[in-house]
Amino acid sequence: MKTNDLILQTVTKIIIFLILAFSLHLFFAGHYTPGGGFIGGLMTAAALVLLLLAFDAKTVNKIFPIDFIQVAAIGLLIAVLTGIGSFFFDVPFLTQTFGYFDLPILGKTGLATAVLFDIGVYLVVIGVTMTIIQTIGEDE
Amino acid sequence: MSLLHWAILSPFIMALFVPFFYKYFRKIHTGWFVLILPIILFTYFFQFISETMNGRNIYETVPWIPSIGINFSAYLDGLGLLFALLITGIGALVILYSIYYLSKEKEALHNFYIYLLMFMGAMLGVVLSDNVLVLYTFWELTSLSSFLLIGYWYQREKSRYGAQKSMLITVFGGLAMLAGFILLSIMTNTFSIREMISQVATLPEHTLFIPAMLLVLLGAFTKSAQFPFHIWLPDAMEAPTPVSAYLHSATMVKAGIYLVARFSPIFAGSFEWFWIVSSVGIITLFWGSFTAVKQTDLKSILAFSTISQLGMIMSLLGLGSAALHYDHLDKNIYMAATVAAVFHLINHATFKGSLFMVVGIVDHETGTRDIRKLGGLMGVMPITFTLAVIGTFAMAGIPPFNGFLSKEMFFTGVVNAAKLGIFNMETWGLLFPIIAWIASVFTFIYSMILVFKTFTGNYQPEKLDVKPHEAPIGMLIPPIILASLVIIFGPFANILSQSIIEPAMASIQPSLLGENGTYHVHLYYWHGWNIEIFMTMGVIALGTIMFITLLKWSKIYDVFPKRLTLNKLYDGGLVALERSSYKLNKFYMTGFIRDYLVMIFAFMIVVLLSSLFIKDAFAFTTTNSAPIGIYEVVLALVMVAATVAILFAKSRLTSIISLGVVGYSVSLFFVLFRAPDLALTQLIVETVSVALFLLCFYHLPELKLKPKPLSFRLPNLVISLGVGTVVTLLALSANGTKLFDSISSYFVEASYKEAGGKNMVNVILVDFRGFDTLFEIAVLCIAALGIFTMIRLRLTRGKEG
Repeated sequence: MKTNDLILQTVTKIIIFLILAFSLHLFFAGHYTPGGGFIGGLMTAAALVLLLLAFDAKTVNKIFPIDFIQVAAIGLLIAVLTGIGSFFFDVPFLTQTFGYFDLPILGKTGLATAVLFDIGVYLVVIGVTMTIIQTIGEDE
Repeated sequence: MSLLHWAILSPFIMALFVPFFYKYFRKIHTGWFVLILPIILFTYFFQFISETMNGRNIYETVPWIPSIGINFSAYLDGLGLLFALLITGIGALVILYSIYYLSKEKEALHNFYIYLLMFMGAMLGVVLSDNVLVLYTFWELTSLSSFLLIGYWYQREKSRYGAQKSMLITVFGGLAMLAGFILLSIMTNTFSIREMISQVATLPEHTLFIPAMLLVLLGAFTKSAQFPFHIWLPDAMEAPTPVSAYLHSATMVKAGIYLVARFSPIFAGSFEWFWIVSSVGIITLFWGSFTAVKQTDLKSILAFSTISQLGMIMSLLGLGSAALHYDHLDKNIYMAATVAAVFHLINHATFKGSLFMVVGIVDHETGTRDIRKLGGLMGVMPITFTLAVIGTFAMAGIPPFNGFLSKEMFFTGVVNAAKLGIFNMETWGLLFPIIAWIASVFTFIYSMILVFKTFTGNYQPEKLDVKPHEAPIGMLIPPIILASLVIIFGPFANILSQSIIEPAMASIQPSLLGENGTYHVHLYYWHGWNIEIFMTMGVIALGTIMFITLLKWSKIYDVFPKRLTLNKLYDGGLVALERSSYKLNKFYMTGFIRDYLVMIFAFMIVVLLSSLFIKDAFAFTTTNSAPIGIYEVVLALVMVAATVAILFAKSRLTSIISLGVVGYSVSLFFVLFRAPDLALTQLIVETVSVALFLLCFYHLPELKLKPKPLSFRLPNLVISLGVGTVVTLLALSANGTKLFDSISSYFVEASYKEAGGKNMVNVILVDFRGFDTLFEIAVLCIAALGIFTMIRLRLTRGKEG
C-alpha cells in the first residue's frame, strides 16, 4: 500500500516558510534579543529536516542542490576571515566593531561586524546538522 | 683544551678512524694501527712520574656546562697517574696480544677495537676526572663498552647473558653512585673532588654524609665485583680473553678500588667506612678464593681469583683508614695497609694480566679451557708453562715473586688490625687475620690447581680438538713482559715505592703527610722472623697438603645447596620481577572499560575527599543562596523522578524517554533561571540527541534483544554514591566560599556601550569571547566530518561481508 502524505506535504509547504522566516528572525535579532547564529542555524536545519520527513532525500536534494559539508566549510572560513579582517585595521584578532547607519528603507540601523562572524556560525551549524542527518539517513 | 685533555679523548678520536683502517687496509691486522696509541699515551704519562714524585699535581680544566658547574677538569696526581699507567701500559700489551689472538679473517675486528678504544678512553676519563659528574659520565661509558665487549660474540647465548648481567649490576651501582655524588655536591656545593676534600672537616656532621657514603660505596662494590655483587664477573668470562685480561683483571674492576681510594680523604675518618669497606673486602676475599677452588674452567678460576684479590685490596683500603685515628703517633703502623693496597693493586694487574694471557694461549692452542681435559702440557708449551708458574706463584704469595711481598704486607695489615683499640676491634678484630689466613690457603690451592692440573699430569691429546703446540712469539711477548715485571717488583720493589706508591699514598691519605709533605715508603723484601713469615709458611704447608688431598675433601662443596647460590637468586629474582610486573599489569589492565572507569572514579573520590578533609575545606553557608521557589522544587522533583526512572527502567526505550524528560526539564530550568538562549538551544539539542538515541536503539543487534534492567553491583553503587557526594560537597563548599565578586558587571555595562548589542549572551559569544566560539564551530565541523567518514568510508565492509 502506498502511503498518502498529502496533508503532511501540504502543511509542510506552508509551514516551512514560517520556520525559515522565524529562523532568520532569530538570527538577525540575536544581537539584541535571544537568538543568534547557533539557534538560527539549528532552526533552519529543522526546516530542512521537516522537508526531509515530508518528502524523500532525493526531492530535497533537487530543491537544495547543496553539499552541506561545503556549507560548513564556508561557514568556518567566513568566521576565520572575519577574525583575520581585523588585522587590516591594526587591531587584535577577532576584534569586532559596530556603527549606526541611515539605510534607504530601514532608516537608522545598527550594523555590527559581529554579525559577519555570526553568519559563519550560522552556516557551520546548518552544514553540520544537515551533514549528520543526511549521512545517517542515507546509510543502510 | 690542554694536552692532558687530548690524551683522555684521543682513544675516542682514534676509534673514529678504526673502520677506515679496517676497510682500506684489509691485509694488515687493524690492531697494529691501534697499538700505536696506547704506547704513545704510556710514554706521555710516564714522563709525569717525576712531577708527581715531587708532589706537583697537574690540574687542567675546560668548561663543558659552566652554567651548572660541570667542567671537564683533568686532575693528575699520584693515584690517577698510577691508574693511567696501568690502563695504557696493559692496554698496549693487550692490544699486541689480541693481534695474535683474534683472526683477521674471521673476526669483526673493527667492532672489537672501537669498543676497546672506547673503553680505554672512558677508563682514562674515570681516573683523571676531578668533576664528579664527568667522572660519572666516563664511568657509565666503561659499563657500556664493557657490555659491548662481553657481548662481542653476540651469536652466543651465554655472551648475551653475561653482558646483560654485568650491565644490569654495574649500571645499578653506577646510578647509586650518581645519587651519592649528587648528595655530596649538595653537601659541599661543588662538583669538584678536590674542593670536596678541602671541606672535609665539616662533612661528617652533615645528615647526608652516611647516605652519600653508602651510595658511593654501592657503586664501587658493584663495579669491583665485591660480595654479593661479584656474580657478574664469572659470567663476563664469555668475552674474548684479551678483554678478560684487560677489563676484568687489570682495569675496569679496579675502577671501584679507584673510587674507594679517591674518596678515602672524604669518608675514611668515619667508623662506618672502616667497617663496611674492610669487612666487605674480607668476605669477598674469602668467598672468592673458596669458590675458585671448585671451578673447572680456567677462566672461571681466574674470575673468582680476581674477585678474591679485589676483596683483599678493598679490605686493605678499609683497614688502612684506621691510620687516620692515630695521627699523633710517629710511626703509624696502620698506614702499612694502604701501602699494601696500592702495591698489591700493581702486582695484581701484572700477574693477573699475564695469567689471563696464558689461559688464552692454552685455550687458543688446545681448543679448551676445561682442566679436566687438560694436563701434561709442560713439555708441549714450555714457555707458557714458565709464565704460568711465575703468575700463579706470585698469586699464591710464594717468594721470590711480588705476590709474596704484598701478601706479607697484607698479613701485617690484618695482624695490626687485630690490635686496634678503636671501633670495637678488641672483640671482632681477631677474625680478620683468621679469615685472611684461611682465604690465603684457598688462594694457594687454586693457584696450584691452575698450574699443575693444566701443565703436569697425564697428557690427554685424544680429548683435545686440535694438536697443541707452542704459541707464536707475538702472543708470548705481552705475558713475558708482565711476568718479568712480576719478578722485578719482587726483590726490587723499592723502584716503585718512591716513584709510584708514595705519590698515590699522598692522594689517598693527604691528611697524614709527613713534615716535608711526602710519605716515606720503604719496602723490605726480608723483614726478619716475625709472625707474617710464619703465617706464610703455614699457608704453604697446609695448602700443599690440601692440594694433594683435594679429591678427598672437595665434597664439602656439594654440602652447600645449589638453590641458595647468588646466581640462582639473581636469575630467580629477574624471573620473579618479570613475572610479578606481568601479573600486576594483568591485574589492573583488564581491557574492560568499566574497570578503568571504576579506577578513575575511585581515585577521584579518594583524592578529592581526602584533600577536602585534610585541608579542612568543607564550608557550607546559606548567605549567598537565593530563596527557593515552588517552581524550582516541582521541577527538581520531576528531574529526580526521571533520573530514578532511568536507573530502574526495564527497557531501554524508557531510559531514552526519561533522559529526554531530564533534558527538557533542564531547559525549563534555564527558562526559570532566565537564560532564554540556553533554553532555546537546549530544547533543540535535546530533541536532536533523543532522536539520535532512538536511532541507535532501533539498530541494536537482534541477538541480545532481551530487555532487562540494570544488574546490581555493590562497588558500582558505592562509587556512584561517592562521586555524587563528593561533587555535591565540592559544589556546596565552592558556593560557600566566594572570595571575590563576579566580573559579569563589566559585561553588563560594556555589551551595549562597546559592542553595540543588547543580548549579552550573544555579545559575549561572538564579540568578547569570539575566539572560543570559533573553535567550538570547528569542533562541530570535525564531528560532522567524523560521522561522515565513519559511515561513508568503511574499508573493511567488503571483508566482513
